Amino acid sequence: MADTAPRQAAPETMLSVNNIEVVYDDVILVLRGVSLEVPKGQIVTLLGANGAGKSTTLKAISGLLKTEDGEVTRGTVTFDGETISNQDPEKIVRKGIFQVMEGRRVVEDMTTIENLRLGAFTRRDKNVRRDMDMVMDYFPRLKERAGGLAGYLSGGEQQMLAIGRALMARPRMLLLDEPSMGLSPLLVKEVFGIIESINRDQGLTMLLVEQNASQALKLADYGYIMESGKVVLDGTQEELLSNEDVKESYLGGGEQRRSFKNLKSYKRRKRWL
Amino acid sequence: MNWDLLGQLVVNGVIVGMLYGVVAMCFVLIYKSTQVVNFAQGEFLLIGAWTCWAMLVWLEMPFWLGFLFTLAFMFVFGILLQVVVLKPLIGEPIISVIMLTIGLSIVFRALMSWMFGEFVKPFPQVFEADAVNVLGLQVQPAYIMSMVISVVIMVGFFYFFKYSRMGLAMRATAFDQQVAQSLGVSVKQVFAMCWAISALVSAVAGVVIGMVNGVSSALSFFGIKVFPAAILGGLDSIVGAIVGGLIIGVLENVSQYVDSQWLQLGGLYQIVPFYVLVIILMIKPYGLFGTKDIERI
Repeated sequence: MADTAPRQAAPETMLSVNNIEVVYDDVILVLRGVSLEVPKGQIVTLLGANGAGKSTTLKAISGLLKTEDGEVTRGTVTFDGETISNQDPEKIVRKGIFQVMEGRRVVEDMTTIENLRLGAFTRRDKNVRRDMDMVMDYFPRLKERAGGLAGYLSGGEQQMLAIGRALMARPRMLLLDEPSMGLSPLLVKEVFGIIESINRDQGLTMLLVEQNASQALKLADYGYIMESGKVVLDGTQEELLSNEDVKESYLGGGEQRRSFKNLKSYKRRKRWL
Repeated sequence: MNWDLLGQLVVNGVIVGMLYGVVAMCFVLIYKSTQVVNFAQGEFLLIGAWTCWAMLVWLEMPFWLGFLFTLAFMFVFGILLQVVVLKPLIGEPIISVIMLTIGLSIVFRALMSWMFGEFVKPFPQVFEADAVNVLGLQVQPAYIMSMVISVVIMVGFFYFFKYSRMGLAMRATAFDQQVAQSLGVSVKQVFAMCWAISALVSAVAGVVIGMVNGVSSALSFFGIKVFPAAILGGLDSIVGAIVGGLIIGVLENVSQYVDSQWLQLGGLYQIVPFYVLVIILMIKPYGLFGTKDIERI
């Protein structure tokens, strides 16, 4: 990455999702007009509860939707000014967007090293070895388990491997789908710390989907909040962290402790949209 | 006990078994990547052997040229098979694809009988017919060559899957197609490569057997022997396929020895591999090397 000053004023938009609608199996409407923008070099996070459509949004960007009988029926996804919606995932990977799927998904019957080499599948250059050393530097735990089968790694190590595998492709943009899933709080901290340092060192643009809102907002520059297939709120890190509704529903704070019943009625009275 | 004969038969068993192993590997390759049980595997041998035979006899090419041409032809044949016949079936239930391979095997066998006739046609002499003496055993040069080719193919497979980009992509596709796609692997391309490699390598085996036994539609029955080899090995293990092939090959020959020395039943060797297969599957249902999913501890 030539551009090593990622957080200057008004960086150019790298990815923009314009009012997309996603339908699964021709009938199930999952996203109902989602729009978001990811500026170059920044970390943008997409928050929301289960089933809000966060993963679907990521898959619409990476094209993996196609492998699940989904389709973008309205709106467009543009990357560097080029429309990429509904293209084959392997083409989108070659354009530089790489998705780290939910649940780690390392190839369990391959070794750590083989998984990393697999990450470099789309590359033809000779620097793969050097990048492997770089990944090992970010994730020293992987170095210890380099020759072992990926299936026998712990959950945290598998997550690290999944992120490292993505780095091997030298992507221009990383889509991370719940890297904290199933990890202990300490490991979550470690993984998020590494994600942040990758963003800082390489200026790698990231779109981070998370349930763990407090952790995600710590490192994101900007955030979007989704509810049942729509973006209901967006703002900078500070705006979201200080927003009462976000505190209430996602950060487990709020001004006072309320009973669950009150929380429900409160939400019913005041919807975001 | 006739030790000389037994030794000879065991050596023959190993040689034939390695060929079984090679073809079983091709079968496993397709099964592993695409989940398709390819009932037309034996016909790949048949087509390969007849193609080479036609090059050598009809076009009177030198052997190496005819052989190279056969390899190129089978590679293209495998890709065409995927693109023309199988690609439209992606996303359909896997059982319809399997039924399709049964259909293909019938069509191919009939086509070959129609083009080349039913009877055994001898292969042009490529290697010397005189048996050479290896460690006191009489071995035909063609057998030695067959063994060398088998070993080369096996080692080639090993390196291919361990170190090549496409090999890794195939393993990833076999493990999880969506993951492979997320890494930039084109699943259609991987499928096409699987069929192409499988057809090509099977054709090599077909030519080798054709040289020894002559070419006829009986070659396609070789495919039937490959099933016990592959299932014995565990259906999704390349190493298992080789070991399975060796076991079936040796068993066949040893049972022939037992039969000829004591039992005098005739044709025992045809069925013994299948009996052993049933017994082994009762003890180890996933075959000898079949992997169950890794359980994380």
